[in-house]
Amino acid sequence: MTGTTTRTALAGAFALALALAGCAGGSDRPAPGESGAEVRGPVTVLAAASLTESFHRLGDEFEAAHPGTTVTFSFAGSSALATQVNQGAPADVFAAASPATMRPVTDAGNAAGEPATFARNQLVIAVPKGNPGGVGALADLTRPGVKVALCAEQVPCGAAARTALDAAGVALTPVTLESDVKGALAKVRLGEVDAALVYRTDATAAASQVDAVEFPESARAVNDYPIVVLRQAGNPTAARAFVAYVLSDRGRAALTAAGFQPPRA
Amino acid sequence: MPVALFVPAGLGLAFLVLPLTGLLARAPWATLPQRLAAPGVLTALRLSLLTATGATLLCLALGVPLAWVLARVRFPGRRLVRALVTVPLVLPPVVGGVALLLVFGRRGLLGGWLDATFGVTLPFTTAGVVLAEAFVAMPFLVIAVEGALRAADSRYEEAAATLGAGRWTTFTHVTLPLVAPGVAAGAVLCWARALGEFGATITFAGNFPGRTQTMPLAVYLALETDLEAAIVLSLVLLTVSVAILAGLRDRWVTGP
Repeated sequence: MTGTTTRTALAGAFALALALAGCAGGSDRPAPGESGAEVRGPVTVLAAASLTESFHRLGDEFEAAHPGTTVTFSFAGSSALATQVNQGAPADVFAAASPATMRPVTDAGNAAGEPATFARNQLVIAVPKGNPGGVGALADLTRPGVKVALCAEQVPCGAAARTALDAAGVALTPVTLESDVKGALAKVRLGEVDAALVYRTDATAAASQVDAVEFPESARAVNDYPIVVLRQAGNPTAARAFVAYVLSDRGRAALTAAGFQPPRA
Repeated sequence: MPVALFVPAGLGLAFLVLPLTGLLARAPWATLPQRLAAPGVLTALRLSLLTATGATLLCLALGVPLAWVLARVRFPGRRLVRALVTVPLVLPPVVGGVALLLVFGRRGLLGGWLDATFGVTLPFTTAGVVLAEAFVAMPFLVIAVEGALRAADSRYEEAAATLGAGRWTTFTHVTLPLVAPGVAAGAVLCWARALGEFGATITFAGNFPGRTQTMPLAVYLALETDLEAAIVLSLVLLTVSVAILAGLRDRWVTGP
């Protein structure tokens, strides 16, 4: 009985190995890249948490346009990702939510070429559906009893929040400083806080659970999103193709649909 | 003596010790004094010590009676209860944090009632940190104390009972002194686990300096921008835990 099970499992593993070998052997027709080299194989993209929804969509489109590629994402706060890159994380592309969090990577010489700005994003006040805290403006966030989640200042959404709050002259004590924007958004979704400063795109992506309150001071804290191929890229050809796709008209259309603004001309 | 065991044993030791030496090797010794004096370090350390101690006291108050019930009272479903008690031991702490939010959060099963009735909200408070740490650490105490109770000679309790001592007097005057080393060992383990708690804390209590940002959270966030600061914080945490564990081990937990 046990012997049969083992044999079946072995046969399964063997079949899987064959299938994998088949993939690697390349019966699919290669899609030409910009330089004419084959665009195929895995691409690992480290991307700011605020890119979660739009990059998943772009990744699917990219895989459809380039059969034989698989795009794997790791989303986190940009500063955490920058640290991972500089500690040698095996990744091909890095997309950050601010130039400030891209800089450690370029300074350390871990970028292959200059980062390109592919989108801009700005903050809104995310409130739970129905706005139980009655938040209508940035100044409302300082009312006693109104609990606010912000991003930590290391991450771009936190830095932008600091800029916007300073611009508005609002001194705010949040209840928590989250390590990425999705963490701040999650506290709103759970109803644990009355408001959080998140990107417009995050509020849009969670529109079924949160409402977005626009505020004028956010125009003073607009983030540029840079993207770059990494020096340690194991698959530079596909990495360049992915970056080109993000910067293409189709990439821009997907980003705009998610609520991003196009980069400054 | 099988020599073949020495090789994996040595590898195991190296595996456990090597990362710690890495921490020491990369430490910025030259700037250490200034970095230790940075206000954030002391704030996080104080909060960590305070909450770990608070969590241990909470665990002692609830966990010792629970261990006593498991060890001394026969009731149907005892094995199930014992299994339930150990669940936080195997549960990823971040899952514990989510579970705590769903119960003690503002919209949680109990949290909504606590907020409406007493105006008490636990997430994002220091009390919330204590709760998260206690949730994760209590099984260590319960298991240690239950083990001690089972190993203790129950004839002393029977003797106390025959001499007219009530159950409460027997418990406080005979049982507890008998298992004191076990309780102490459990409390030390519990404290150490609470001190290192990360996942449940950041999920349930959030992160704010001075209120809910304990040392492990400070290490995690420092790592994103300042590797050296993270190393310094890690060293502090390492020193404190090793010092206290070593100190208490000599006094209470005597090994062979």
